[in-house]
Amino acid sequence: MEDVSTSTVLLILGAFLASAVEMVEALTIVLGVGVVRGWRSPLIGVGAATIALAALVAALGPALSVVPIGTLRLVVGALLLAFGLQWLRKAILRSSGHTALHDEDEAFRRHREQAATATSERKAGLDWYAFTVAFKGVLLEGLEVVFIVISFGSAQGRLGLAAAGAAAAVVLVTLAGVLVRGPLERVPENTIKFAVGLLLTSFGCFWGAEGAGASWPGDELSLLGVIGFLGLLSFVLVRVLRRQRLGVLASGAKA
Amino acid sequence: MKYLRSFARFWWDFIVGDDWRVAAGLALALGLTSLLTHNGVNAWWLLPLAIAFLLAGSLWRATRAPGERAG
Repeated sequence: MEDVSTSTVLLILGAFLASAVEMVEALTIVLGVGVVRGWRSPLIGVGAATIALAALVAALGPALSVVPIGTLRLVVGALLLAFGLQWLRKAILRSSGHTALHDEDEAFRRHREQAATATSERKAGLDWYAFTVAFKGVLLEGLEVVFIVISFGSAQGRLGLAAAGAAAAVVLVTLAGVLVRGPLERVPENTIKFAVGLLLTSFGCFWGAEGAGASWPGDELSLLGVIGFLGLLSFVLVRVLRRQRLGVLASGAKA
Repeated sequence: MKYLRSFARFWWDFIVGDDWRVAAGLALALGLTSLLTHNGVNAWWLLPLAIAFLLAGSLWRATRAPGERAG
């Protein structure tokens, strides 16, 4: 029972964190447009994107339940591994200083400037620029959440719990956005992305190996071992890359 | 044709991303795990090892290539 609880907690946590970090980015886009061009059109864009994403979950969720669990875990594991390693790789590059940290305040300023200079065109009674920017922003950020929710939920047979974790994050980020009335630049976005990358890769490794026919020692408890191993590996890689970067900077300063 | 290309590009970026070698290495590692397992070797250890090598290799290439994109 305990091992089932562990994977369930990690499943909800993964869906919650992934959803939170994507929704913070979507919120920045919607706020950037809304404060300059008014709220009606961007909010209708948000609503339309939310309906499209909900329809995708409603259509794909039950469809995946007819796929045999072994095949599903192999495919989902492979996709999560490829997807999760991208997140982890970017998080390590950011933490080691090799790429710039994502800055919500800077992104908000950029979206606001673009919204102010964009031409005004009305279609179907809407400010078309504000509508499409909000729609595309929420749809594209939301697609990653839908992908994670469906893959996490279907491979473990707990789609409802994964969706609940993601929905909780959407509500929390929206409430925070309404209260703050600005971009959530204090959210430790890069740390959360690191954690999500670690969880996606660990779940992908666990389900991918199971789908390929391997049996993990300790069954679902070994998921914690995979997270520990990949966490330690990431920590070491950040330290090595940071030292390497500082070495290059020091030799450049001497030259 | 333009939309088809954009659609394919979106999914390529979504799944494969900046380094196709990682995705190819993962496919190979999963195939090897399946092969070994179906020949009586419980190869649960192969995938974590493959991830370690692929991640380290990808980061090594990225930090040597100028202009690594921020995402």
